[in-house]
Amino acid sequence: MDDKISYYLPHAELQNLIHALHQAGYSCVGPQVRDGAIVYDVLNHADQLPWGIRDNQAPGEYQLEKITEHKAFAFSNGAQAIKPILFKSQETVWKVMRNSEGKLIFQPHHPKEQPIAIFGARSCDLEAMRIQDKVFIEGQNSDVRYKSRRENLFVVAVNCTYSSKNCFCVSAGTGPEVSNPFDILMTEIENGFVVKIGSERGEAIINHLHLQPAYDFQCKVAIENVENAAAMQTKRIPLDNTRGLRDLLFSNLDHPRWNEVAERCLSCGNCTAVCPTCFCHSEVEKPSLDGTCSEHQREWDSCFTEGHSYMTGKAVRDDTSKRYRQWLTHKVGSWFDQFDTSGCVGCGRCVTWCPVGIDLTEELSAISGESNVRIKDDV
Amino acid sequence: MTCNLCRDPYLPLEAEIVDRTQESSTIFTIHIRFVECECRERFLFLPGQFNMLYLYGVGEVAISIVSDPEEKKILKHSMRAIGRVTKAIQKLQPGDRIGVRGPFGRGWPLNQARHKDVVVVTGGLGCAPTVSVINYILGRRDQYGALKILQGVKHSDDFIYRKQYSKWQESPNTEIHIAADQAGPKWPWGVGYVTDMIQSLTLDPDNTITMMCGPEMMMRTAIHSLVKKGIPEENIYLSMERNMECGIGQCGHCQYGGLFICKDGPIFPYPVIKSLFSVEGF
Repeated sequence: MDDKISYYLPHAELQNLIHALHQAGYSCVGPQVRDGAIVYDVLNHADQLPWGIRDNQAPGEYQLEKITEHKAFAFSNGAQAIKPILFKSQETVWKVMRNSEGKLIFQPHHPKEQPIAIFGARSCDLEAMRIQDKVFIEGQNSDVRYKSRRENLFVVAVNCTYSSKNCFCVSAGTGPEVSNPFDILMTEIENGFVVKIGSERGEAIINHLHLQPAYDFQCKVAIENVENAAAMQTKRIPLDNTRGLRDLLFSNLDHPRWNEVAERCLSCGNCTAVCPTCFCHSEVEKPSLDGTCSEHQREWDSCFTEGHSYMTGKAVRDDTSKRYRQWLTHKVGSWFDQFDTSGCVGCGRCVTWCPVGIDLTEELSAISGESNVRIKDDV
Repeated sequence: MTCNLCRDPYLPLEAEIVDRTQESSTIFTIHIRFVECECRERFLFLPGQFNMLYLYGVGEVAISIVSDPEEKKILKHSMRAIGRVTKAIQKLQPGDRIGVRGPFGRGWPLNQARHKDVVVVTGGLGCAPTVSVINYILGRRDQYGALKILQGVKHSDDFIYRKQYSKWQESPNTEIHIAADQAGPKWPWGVGYVTDMIQSLTLDPDNTITMMCGPEMMMRTAIHSLVKKGIPEENIYLSMERNMECGIGQCGHCQYGGLFICKDGPIFPYPVIKSLFSVEGF
């Protein structure tokens, strides 16, 4: 395998890649337009991709527009990408049968699932996956469900060639160029993609496609397009997403901004649902009506709910100010203590999908005194 | 600590209720035994660790283990019927089955405390995690120095484990101090606060380990008094409580700043949690 060689995949042959992945046993999941947004769902045909679609994002805003360029990945992101594939929003963890004598039989629930190939994983998404790996498989106990999906996941990464107004991965140190492991990495140029191979199984798939090496000028355009995505970012996270944020926030636990943001925050939990690194989940019991079996499920939870901090009859975080503070001090603060990294990947989803447009970079700016406006590179 | 019985730490094992004790109107103890003999032998734990107890169709709850780690056949769990799951477990009778997974968390510093004096401070409606450590020390009396047990309750009617305290009081080199903020008639113990009891203690600060459990407000004032008496902060250990659902640091509920109470605790040396201990909402 030569990882220095770049290949050229014309748009017209994208279906061959989907076909090769199907032949290898994968179910493809990729971006498509639904209900006015980009969503990731089962992708069987290249024409399902969001051709010529661009997203305009701002705090609390997400609008798609049609552009003249015929590109499949002209958008930055949608509300979700990899997280719901590996860490399902709801799933059965185990089942228990109860017989007539009351004896309990616990049964593990490891459903056979078709391996998934994710099409269009962005740099921020892959960084988020690396962070969730630390939560679910790199600790003392690993979650067998997450682990088996993760091991089987085939990653077709796509470098960003466009940034929305809410993207701030450059300052977060997480993009826009993919630096985490991938199987195949594509960068879109006119009429096709410059493709790189990142693994043996990626190579096996690409070998099926009989691609020609990319020309130098195509590789150059690909690099320029990614640089362009970086240059167009206007937002930044104060203190460049470093451990300094942890020290800053924990020395400002009584800052007036917590109460001020709580006046705007609806405590709805949208930010935690769209955040690609938020991992909190609850255990939920689903007994059958006939009393013979019960399913023990897990579902996503949020630190913005009252129940999240429930303990012996009361909630530790009984108001929105305490909940927002918990979220932000964890996301870019205590995450460093737990996983030696920030929990923020600069994707901007929490900013976009907040119904009242609360912008975490702005909140950090208010507390740190450091601007969240990015001075553009002199490129 | 990992679940030492099964590979999927989320999957419970079947256990049977063999006995139950009513400690007070709302506090009770269940005595359980794993159905599989092999599990009984292989289940190793330390005082201060907890199990996730599962009731069919209702759900799980984190409850500390109060029995002695060497008494392998039977595990005892004391709890107060206050939440959805504990209220339902309260109704169980011998012969009923539950699910158990664990043990989880870090226990009390019983090795560090060996040959030293131990002060146990508890408050509120009696505290199961400290019952385990008291019984452990009394069962190995020659390995530890003086044992001083301090219990504070709001009202004398809240006091439980009366028999147990009387029994403990008869043990060698053991002092019991109990005080109620308010006392009813015929209350044989003191009236006052935990802080008053600490002030009246004779302590050897360089040779004393303190272990405490109870409402955080009580622990805050107790720590203050202990430090004033010269006990080094690193020799004060606390049992912390938060919402716990997975027991292995994945569900996120029990976070306390950068700590997960379930796996980094529930027992902590005071300096580890000190920075957040006076802040509400963590």
